Amino acid sequence: MRRLSTINIAALALGLAFLYLPIAVLVIYSFNGSRLVTLWGGWSLRWYGELFRDAAMLESAAISLRLALISASAATVLGTLAALALARERFHGRLLFAGMVYAPLVMPEIITGLSLLLLFVAFNFERGFWAIAVAHTTLTLSFVAVIVQSRLATVDRSLEEAAMDLGCPPLRTFLTVTLPLIWPAVASGFLLAFALSLDDLVIANFVTGPGATTLPIRIYSEVRLGVKPEINAVCTIMIAVVATGLVIASLLTKRSQARQDRGALGARL
Amino acid sequence: MAAQPLVTFDRVTKRFGDFTAIDDLTLDIFEREFFALLGPSGCGKTTLLRLLAGFEAPDEGRVLLGGEDLAGVPPYRRPVNMMFQSYALFPHLTVAGNIAFGLKQDRLPKAEIAERVDEMLALVQLGALAQRKPDQLSGGQRQRVALARSLAKRPKVLLLDEPLAALDRKLREETRFELKELQARLATTFVIVTHDQDEAMTVADRIAVMDHGRIAQVGVPAEIYEQPNSRWVAEFVGDVNLIEGRVTTVYPSFVLLERDGLRLRVAATAVVSPGTTAWAALRPEKISIAHEASDSAENGAAGIVTDIGYLGTVSRYKVRLDCGLVVEAAMMNASRRASQTIGVNDRVWLSWTPEAGVLLTR
Repeated sequence: MRRLSTINIAALALGLAFLYLPIAVLVIYSFNGSRLVTLWGGWSLRWYGELFRDAAMLESAAISLRLALISASAATVLGTLAALALARERFHGRLLFAGMVYAPLVMPEIITGLSLLLLFVAFNFERGFWAIAVAHTTLTLSFVAVIVQSRLATVDRSLEEAAMDLGCPPLRTFLTVTLPLIWPAVASGFLLAFALSLDDLVIANFVTGPGATTLPIRIYSEVRLGVKPEINAVCTIMIAVVATGLVIASLLTKRSQARQDRGALGARL
Repeated sequence: MAAQPLVTFDRVTKRFGDFTAIDDLTLDIFEREFFALLGPSGCGKTTLLRLLAGFEAPDEGRVLLGGEDLAGVPPYRRPVNMMFQSYALFPHLTVAGNIAFGLKQDRLPKAEIAERVDEMLALVQLGALAQRKPDQLSGGQRQRVALARSLAKRPKVLLLDEPLAALDRKLREETRFELKELQARLATTFVIVTHDQDEAMTVADRIAVMDHGRIAQVGVPAEIYEQPNSRWVAEFVGDVNLIEGRVTTVYPSFVLLERDGLRLRVAATAVVSPGTTAWAALRPEKISIAHEASDSAENGAAGIVTDIGYLGTVSRYKVRLDCGLVVEAAMMNASRRASQTIGVNDRVWLSWTPEAGVLLTR
């Protein structure tokens, strides 16, 4: 491997600092023993203790986790189905449909949030937990579809045909052949959807209702009244959860990639 | 073969958009036949196989198996199995798991599945590798697993899509004979798709030569080679000299063909009338090449050797005849020094019998 020059190292350090210094400060201050956010009072787990006695915060965390679980599950099922249709079926308007599935990826969240709010109002759908669940499913299923479709593109179509040729009906073919081959992509799609739902503030703010205060909404509203050290602690936990999800997702993708490369190598031998 | 055909394509047409892959094709395949679909890429041979497997549905016409129309029968309910060109082995299953896959779909008892898998592994001599994954196998071993998997359900018809294309030459030639032997032993109907005429000639009982979605000719290998029915078939199967000429006289047993002062006697294998254009198809190995003119031969012409290709078993000579026509002749190198007796720029005499050539009208 090539050695990095001084300039490279400086650029890398600067870039990483730009990205992670704010987060590092937040994480460090979450272990601050002082009552004042800006004053260092030695290491302590005091605010984590406070956090676990804060019923409202805990309730919001529970809501957010439940929301992430439900919307990520729904998005994984729907996104995988969309990916299957786009990658495997020949139908009229496939390109248009593909474009429409990917559009929410680049759509500003504020527009998604506003349009969903208008939709829920128009249909008289009660704003609250289920509205957010639907909104998050809408937001995240595109991500799942993109990830699963790119994986499906690398799975030889004739594998599914071979299964059917050997007497396996389509649904069982999907479960016994296709799914085992694409599950790393499905799992990383789920984890990404989970993380996206967990940290969404904008869309949730539009469609939320009484009794459905998610963790980001709770944090945001408390911060407006002044940053409590407790907020640092809850943010640190959220960072840990999201980061773990993303690391697992990328490991899954990498592992399946490696296995596939090995398979391709074997085919050439 | 007066028996009822096992597989019938009855006026089948298949289109993909504007492209007609199969064009009003009718074909019978009989039980226990080793049948080859031979043609260049894009001729529709794989589409024909996929129509039989059920992955494509005909736009017109019927596909019959054992007299029953297969329309609407999905691939997973057809008693035919296919060996894919890419082998399509399930990467997440072991060799034994791959072979057992089809049997499990039939919900056979476990003991019977195990027994059948062992039988198949023995058939393709892979017993020692039963627990390997496909990515731990060589190309030849994968090919055998794919074959065993497609045979495990004892299909009425085994479809083979370019089964040997991915193997290297030596292994491919050995495997041809193994396939043929296997087919004879199992007494199953095999339908093979290939673009390799040697492969089709070696393994098949009958060959259908395909071109642009139609069947150009069906016959046993020798028939296809010795009595092609068109210039296209003659050129696609083996090497051939096609000499165009005008029919001058028609005798009961042979036809006189004339071209630039060259007169050819060709056995009357087709009906022609004087004044029309026809072709004589002459295989290089049926032309004798010598330094001296021989009086006995009924066809003969003198020329200059312009090129010699030494291929080991035979040598091929390109000869420019005095009338300007370039003809290729082949001679077995029966003795070790045979190839040295005729050299480039030698003046030689080519001769052949009327029966050596085939008269073609299209």
